[in-house]
Amino acid sequence: MTRRAALAGLGLLVAAALLAPYAVMLLTALKPEAELRITPPRLLPLEWRPQNFWVVVRDPEFQSWLRVSLVVALTSTALVVLAAVPAAYHTARHRFAGRGAFLFLVLVTQMFAPTALVVGLYREFFELGLINTYAALILVNAAFNLAFAIWILRAFFASIPREIEEAAAVDGCGAAATLFRIVLPVALPGIVTAVIFAFIAAWNEYIVALTLMTDASMRPLTVGITSYVTAYVQHWDLLFAASTIAIVPVVVLFALIEPYLVGGLTAGSVK
Amino acid sequence: MVVYPAVELVRASLGRYSITGLYQGAVGLRNYARLLDQEALPTVVANTVTWVALVVGVTIVISLGLAQLLNAAFPGRRLVRWALIVPWAASLIMTAKLFAWLYDYYFGLINRALVAAGVLRAPVDWLGDDRAVMGAMIAVGVFVSLPFTTYVLLAGLETIPGEVYEAARVDGASGWRAYRGITLPLLRPALLVAAVLNLIYVFNSFPIVWTLNDRNPGFAHDTMITYMYKIAFKSALRDVGLAAALGVVNVALILIAVLAYLKVAWVREEPA
Repeated sequence: MTRRAALAGLGLLVAAALLAPYAVMLLTALKPEAELRITPPRLLPLEWRPQNFWVVVRDPEFQSWLRVSLVVALTSTALVVLAAVPAAYHTARHRFAGRGAFLFLVLVTQMFAPTALVVGLYREFFELGLINTYAALILVNAAFNLAFAIWILRAFFASIPREIEEAAAVDGCGAAATLFRIVLPVALPGIVTAVIFAFIAAWNEYIVALTLMTDASMRPLTVGITSYVTAYVQHWDLLFAASTIAIVPVVVLFALIEPYLVGGLTAGSVK
Repeated sequence: MVVYPAVELVRASLGRYSITGLYQGAVGLRNYARLLDQEALPTVVANTVTWVALVVGVTIVISLGLAQLLNAAFPGRRLVRWALIVPWAASLIMTAKLFAWLYDYYFGLINRALVAAGVLRAPVDWLGDDRAVMGAMIAVGVFVSLPFTTYVLLAGLETIPGEVYEAARVDGASGWRAYRGITLPLLRPALLVAAVLNLIYVFNSFPIVWTLNDRNPGFAHDTMITYMYKIAFKSALRDVGLAAALGVVNVALILIAVLAYLKVAWVREEPA
């Protein structure tokens, strides 16, 4: 019993350490701007200013960043799922020449993180004339999240017993009906996990957007919010209010897939 | 989508570009030779090694402890797991900006807390003092790497059946001995995944170094990734060819590091 209490206490400390920076973020977002420049600095605001959040939400620039982020994250996620589901299903169910090589190649693309390729990416889209377009950012995000999605989904499909599909065939289900009415519903947790992973990665992507979206009106949230604090203006309160707005939905999404996180991460690596 | 920029990267590394990015013909391997002549290169390479080794090493040690804690049953475990998700879910650039604020010399709470607690006698300019910058960046690097690593290790721990520990207890091994004799060896696959993926992510990490180091001129605290970006897009050089050459070197390095690590790890695994 005392052991459990000690563990709970330790857990509480860990949670506090992990959340403390974000608590400061929220509290700073609730301060009036003048209060940011007092010494010694205070944790709690002297005057609470929740209106900061309204200022951000009604800022047309913020709305534009939000729109770009939503369009890019949603579209690239849709692309990832459309491409990853058939690819993962095929590699999980069929042995074909080069299957191992294909899966290895998929893993290698993980290694070529966008950061290492950003110069090449810039030249590619420069020549295609796609700098400052949704298409550029959507394509890059979809391509880089595809690898992870295929690995996660393949593990889920592989864990579905073949007998279920055979039983469906005996009952007169065609291949397409088996896929849509039996396999996909069973694999739904895996698909949800892949969707949320892809969405979050695209939502948080920074360096490719920083490089390819040079036009201020085409910047997503991650790049846009940094313009609240530059060498010339220092709206830390607004920066943190905007960050809080951007972070909360992602934390909720992540919490939803938390039960699958543990299995999903190593699913591909065990075999 | 991945192959084309890679090809383009290699091609660019063999060419010469004007300051506005116009291609001016092939120059063979001259960009690579020029890369070796860059004064900042030794510093940048040393920074990269320090950054990757310390962030990955410290992250794994702390994550081992965290995973052990989160694998035990106690009230509020779910809450701690959710708290662990937050630094992962938050965009790196936002966390980096947040720490830039916390580290601030005059208005940051880190100096205030450390001075008040008596750890420091005077505030430290964390992001401006040459001796403090790398440590400050590594701390943030570890902070954002913890969630992913802990979850990978947690997944590894959950595959270890409880019976193994019972058997060990019967044999008289418990506590630290059971941990070293059973947990660590059985955790090896998960440790391998965590180490390799972290190696890749930390090496390629951009926003933390970019944000926390942006006040400092020159390349004294850059890693190879931010150095490459500065050469291509920010510094007076504006040299796409040179940056591309560094990009190729970066990809090659990470590939070699990962392959070497896998080889060592696999060789060690064989006798078991």
